[in-house]
Amino acid sequence: MKKNNLPENKNLDLIRALIIKHKKNDHIFAGIGFFVIASLAVALLVLFLDLLINGYPKINLEFFSNFPSRKPEMAGILSAWMGSALVLFVTFFVAVPIGVAAGIYLEEYAKKGWFADLIEINVSNLAGVPSIIYGLLALGLFVYEFGMGQSILTAGLTLSLLMLPIVIVSTREAIRGIPVHIREAAFAVGATKWQVTWHHVIQYAMGGVLTGIIIGMARAIGETAPVITIGALTFIAFLPPSPVTEVAPFINFDWLDAGFTVLPIQMFNWISRPEHAFHINAAATGAVIIMLTLLMNGVAIKLRYNIRKKIKW
Amino acid sequence: MVKKQEIIKAESRNFNFFYADGTHALKDINVPLYEKRITALIGPSGCGKSTFLRSFNRMHDLYPGNKYQGKIILNPDDTNILDKKVDAIEVRMRISMVFQKPNPFPKSIYENVAYGLRVRGENNKRMLDDKVEEALKGASLWNEVKDRLPDLAFNLSGGQQQRLCIARALATDPEIMLFDEPTSALDPIATVNIEELMSELKKKLTILIVTHNMQQAARISDYTAYMYLGKMIEFDETDIIFTNPSKKETEDYITGKFG
Repeated sequence: MKKNNLPENKNLDLIRALIIKHKKNDHIFAGIGFFVIASLAVALLVLFLDLLINGYPKINLEFFSNFPSRKPEMAGILSAWMGSALVLFVTFFVAVPIGVAAGIYLEEYAKKGWFADLIEINVSNLAGVPSIIYGLLALGLFVYEFGMGQSILTAGLTLSLLMLPIVIVSTREAIRGIPVHIREAAFAVGATKWQVTWHHVIQYAMGGVLTGIIIGMARAIGETAPVITIGALTFIAFLPPSPVTEVAPFINFDWLDAGFTVLPIQMFNWISRPEHAFHINAAATGAVIIMLTLLMNGVAIKLRYNIRKKIKW
Repeated sequence: MVKKQEIIKAESRNFNFFYADGTHALKDINVPLYEKRITALIGPSGCGKSTFLRSFNRMHDLYPGNKYQGKIILNPDDTNILDKKVDAIEVRMRISMVFQKPNPFPKSIYENVAYGLRVRGENNKRMLDDKVEEALKGASLWNEVKDRLPDLAFNLSGGQQQRLCIARALATDPEIMLFDEPTSALDPIATVNIEELMSELKKKLTILIVTHNMQQAARISDYTAYMYLGKMIEFDETDIIFTNPSKKETEDYITGKFG
């Protein structure tokens, strides 16, 4: 026995040197990670601030309540944000039920096999297809084949195609995150598959599903190419018929057939004008789009947090 | 060897089980479960005890490709619960299960216990209240939770969660209750509570328990089956298994020479 009771083959200095050497990797990795994240965040921030500073003089209530105009100081984004809102409304009500149902079917009901694999690969691939391809598909299918015209309905359906894979994939991920033992607990008391799906799977997956939905919506709101492809208007000084009416039955669907424009197209339109004043409008519109996107992502994070707080596996 | 007055509640006959990958997990198992008795399954890890237990409420049906062979007869109606014509849900409504890890739903205490009744279409508030109270009392949890039934089940301690799961399984008046190592995730005091609870429960129903803890099997069970490599090595009264087993393998395992 030595004085410090260490066995002969242990050399504390060597062990400590080894630990320091190994820990160096931690620091290196953390350093690189921080650098990458920071540069991305700074790039985004600079972009956003640039838009905000340029567009700041225009961002006021009138900007939201005026139609576009030939005079840049009079021009606003009323028809654009209204168009975006209505298109997203359609997108939401088409993509969410279909996407969530498809996710549940694929995860819970579909027999595993080559067919399921094929669908799986296809869905993942669809998420990566350039959005202009969806625009072309919609132009051929919705606009000409189905005769829906260059309407809000067409745009909504097109963007829902774009959003569908995101919703499906996030639904499946969320369902896979539910532990087997919770599922088995429900089956063990005699629940049917549908009861397990309805009472448990959907409820516990809701956090992840919502996140997917809002991220999909945030992507849809900024999409320009497919909406241009199907022939959205670039200058529009009227609103679609109101979805809510004063006489019974108080709702109408005429707005689905109306022409429209959306925020990114309005922005694109102003950028391509020579006058500098229009560029300010474009910057303001860009700032609005980014703020909307950030807002939606913020809501998604908050919702997910609220739902997950209640669930501990 | 087996006392005359015992009634057989369920019995496996030449039971074989194959996993989807072809593994022959259980080989010719013949075990009776006596009514209002506790039968313990012991054996080293991987011997098939849990696989056998889970066959009793057709849990293996949840994963495609698994195959049962032979019979598990449920009395008094002489139903072969493995028969394809018998719906797995019907079996699970008669035979309930408590799992290794407490697995309450992320719902309120009340809804956890009421769930088994809800899936049976019971929506009468009064009826549900009564049943929930009865089940929680049966699981000796009522006094601890009666003032906070709407609280989330996750706020309970591990031992309380496991008793909640027992209440959930109890609420539907099962004929047999299966326990898959119910105390392996619990501390010693919670374990004693669960063991006492099981001794209380056997006055009303039949219990099959898988346990890694031989002292536990010796303490609470009336019959013990020793399994090894998917085979039933020996089945007898617990006293006999632990004091005078007839097979050498059983003795080796019991005395700790093996396993």
